[in-house]
Amino acid sequence: MFKETSLLHLTTYLLAIVVALPFLVILLSWGDINQEIWAHLLDYLFLDLLTNTLWLIIGVGSGVLILGTTLAWLTTMCDFPGRSIFDWALMLPFAIPAYVLAFVMLDLFSYGGSFYQAIDIFFGGMIAPPDIQSTAGVITVFVLVFYPYVYMLARTAFISQGNRLLEAGQSLGLTPLQAFLRIALPMARPAIAAGVALALMETLADFGAVSIFNYDTFTLAIYTSWDDFRSLSTAAQLSSLLLLFALMALFGERAMRGQSKYHQTSGRAPYRFQLTGWRGWGTTIAISLVLFFSFITPVVQLLIWGAEVVQQELNSRYFEMLYHTLILGGSAALLAVLGAFALAMARRKREDWKIEWVGRLITLGYALPGSVLAVGIMIIFAKVGLAWSSIVEWLGGEATSIMMQSVAALLFAYLVRFLTVAHGPVESSLEQIKPSMEEAARSLGESNGGVIRRIYLPILTPGILMALLMVMIDVMKELPATYLLRPYGWDTFAVRTYEMASEGMWEHAALPALSLVLVGLLPVILLVRRSR
Amino acid sequence: MSKSSTHGSIMGRWLAPMLATALLPIASSALADEELVVYSSRKEQLIKPLFDAFEKAHGIHVSYQTGKEGPLIERLKQEKTKTPADLLMLVDAGNLWYAGTQGILEQTHSPVLNNQIPAQYRDPDGRWFGLSVRARTIVYSTDRVKPEALSTYADLADPKWKGRLCLRTSKKIYNKSLVASMIHHHGESGAEKIVRGWVDNLAVKPFAKDSHLIKAIEAGACDVGIVNTYYFGRAESSNPDIPVALFWPDQSGNGVHVNISGAGITQHAPHKENAFKLLNWLAGAESQKILGSMNKEYPVRGDIPWDPQVASWGRFVADPMNLAETGKRQAAAVKLMQRARYK
Repeated sequence: MFKETSLLHLTTYLLAIVVALPFLVILLSWGDINQEIWAHLLDYLFLDLLTNTLWLIIGVGSGVLILGTTLAWLTTMCDFPGRSIFDWALMLPFAIPAYVLAFVMLDLFSYGGSFYQAIDIFFGGMIAPPDIQSTAGVITVFVLVFYPYVYMLARTAFISQGNRLLEAGQSLGLTPLQAFLRIALPMARPAIAAGVALALMETLADFGAVSIFNYDTFTLAIYTSWDDFRSLSTAAQLSSLLLLFALMALFGERAMRGQSKYHQTSGRAPYRFQLTGWRGWGTTIAISLVLFFSFITPVVQLLIWGAEVVQQELNSRYFEMLYHTLILGGSAALLAVLGAFALAMARRKREDWKIEWVGRLITLGYALPGSVLAVGIMIIFAKVGLAWSSIVEWLGGEATSIMMQSVAALLFAYLVRFLTVAHGPVESSLEQIKPSMEEAARSLGESNGGVIRRIYLPILTPGILMALLMVMIDVMKELPATYLLRPYGWDTFAVRTYEMASEGMWEHAALPALSLVLVGLLPVILLVRRSR
Repeated sequence: MSKSSTHGSIMGRWLAPMLATALLPIASSALADEELVVYSSRKEQLIKPLFDAFEKAHGIHVSYQTGKEGPLIERLKQEKTKTPADLLMLVDAGNLWYAGTQGILEQTHSPVLNNQIPAQYRDPDGRWFGLSVRARTIVYSTDRVKPEALSTYADLADPKWKGRLCLRTSKKIYNKSLVASMIHHHGESGAEKIVRGWVDNLAVKPFAKDSHLIKAIEAGACDVGIVNTYYFGRAESSNPDIPVALFWPDQSGNGVHVNISGAGITQHAPHKENAFKLLNWLAGAESQKILGSMNKEYPVRGDIPWDPQVASWGRFVADPMNLAETGKRQAAAVKLMQRARYK
């Protein structure tokens, strides 16, 4: 239906340039190697960074894979007490930024915290309170905040699979577990793989949570080498190494996804396996625990802290921050979805290695730590700005000061970072449109517009909504790039939360953090309602 | 993005107005009518009251942007002559020293400032001036430690503290400066020996924050630690009966390690006169009082009375070394701590 394939390609290449620019700036840093710093890094830090980062990848990867897929299967394909509530409630932790859960958990489980004391009172002597500031603690926090990526994508996949095949499987004597493992899981593989890859790249790029836990990863080292050795180029070099890990996650996804494409649609209401008796209640309790730690605990703690200061903090500045948070999230989400759609269409129209590589390139943007990305963009804007003012002055005009910290720079950063978040759901919903559908419609004389309206839109809408939602929440939670690139007065909830939390002023951090959660909930609710 | 307009039926209605609103600030030159712009790594709640008071006194409105030290310095370097910033406010002498070496701060020769601010707390070349002083000292459990058992920072490396010491992460700049000052006093190998001793004595992994460290002492996880006094001030404010107290080490030797927050006028400040006015006002009696009490720090000027809570901790002998020295030795301190596996 799209005849202007070349225009589609042009858009895609343009996107590739946008995403590639910060990478180029970062790769160019290898031209300036500080041997003394590198010798020190290799001697004393490198091994720790490597093992810690690998542990995170293994732990968080398998954690979100198992938790997210299991939860999605249970809520879409099984029935147990409270299922209809969990179905949407399990998406809620998506609204909790990793650094917020990290600072709440650290406070609750560390010395003198409420959970620490509770364990001490109830089990004193029998079990020691868990060491939250450990590898297991960090992994747990990441799994609890990032499992919704897998849950949401797997859930959509399970719902759109329908269950004709499952019924066939059952009639051949498969148990629910077998039906899950042998039919539903392989069919949902692309969606699950995309979810795990997103969770992993989010983990690799995280700065806030690992710094709160003082857990040395590449991202933290990138920041500290800038801070410790004042060497931006060493920081950039380390970030190019971080990209290797992102590549690993990416190839992992491709491998998991496999070659095959699945086209299966069904409009029928799903039949659910009944989990009765202890199985049903056991499921309910287990899922409640996940929700308790990932959502209820941080929200209640933030409410307690926030209640102390709500009157003094809820002023006009607060609403300014709300506006900035929403407008940045909304515009970035639209930009990213438009870009992702163009790319997905281009990939669909023609199997082309160049387009394939563009697809891989944009995925890497997600793994770029926000602070490094921001520096890359600052350098680009500075160079462009200086060039621009010299041109203007040469022409006899008077150059105004170039704003590196502008909304344009921010949107640039968000696009590079989150294009791939939009790309996942958009592409997997496009994959659900069988080429034969379009052909059939055309052979029946349907026009271009008709094909879009009656085939593409109905099938794509859930994916596009999902993409908008995910990018919007991600942008609103995004901290380092926003912190560095925001123009004057453009404080967001994330920035405020960080500034207060980093000073240990939990009460003041609570209100913006809670607002971030609430704002993040709006799109979740929208999605929940649309997805029914 | 033109191709996507095929999809415009949904997006078109939303996209245009949203983008128009979002891009507006780029079009308008938001800074053209500013009177005075400050880049600050000191957090907003600690600078805004000062700027409000300054505006009241001089009728000059201060716009500010907060951020981390590294990125702010980098931003000034990139902006060069086009910078909107007039004054750079930073926390920690090491950061100020580094900013001073990067060609982004102007030399200010002011007999008034030089007279008010002790020489150890300002750049010998006049690029930056300390405005408030913070002391990094020992805290101990009043239940389990007798103050007579404490003496110096170096003594915390003694095996008698094995399994009893808590530290904050070596990534925090306050610890980098502390160790830098130890390199100055004890030499590199002497300082490394002390830091290795500390690491051997650790009861638990280093904390991300001083406030967690104080809580750990309170909860009995360890007996002694090193913190900035104002974190203890906050803990003491919320619990006046806290079984933790401050100790001033090295009183017969090098003195308590102190650090500063300070500011310098930028090389290409568009509003130099206003920046100079603000800097002078910040060193003035009114703002010095605010600076001292707001965050439970110490005023940089010796003639300003201390906040009552701060005064209750007692007087102490501070390390007299010029703080530019800690800046110079910070990179060495970082490497030393990493060699000693102090995380």
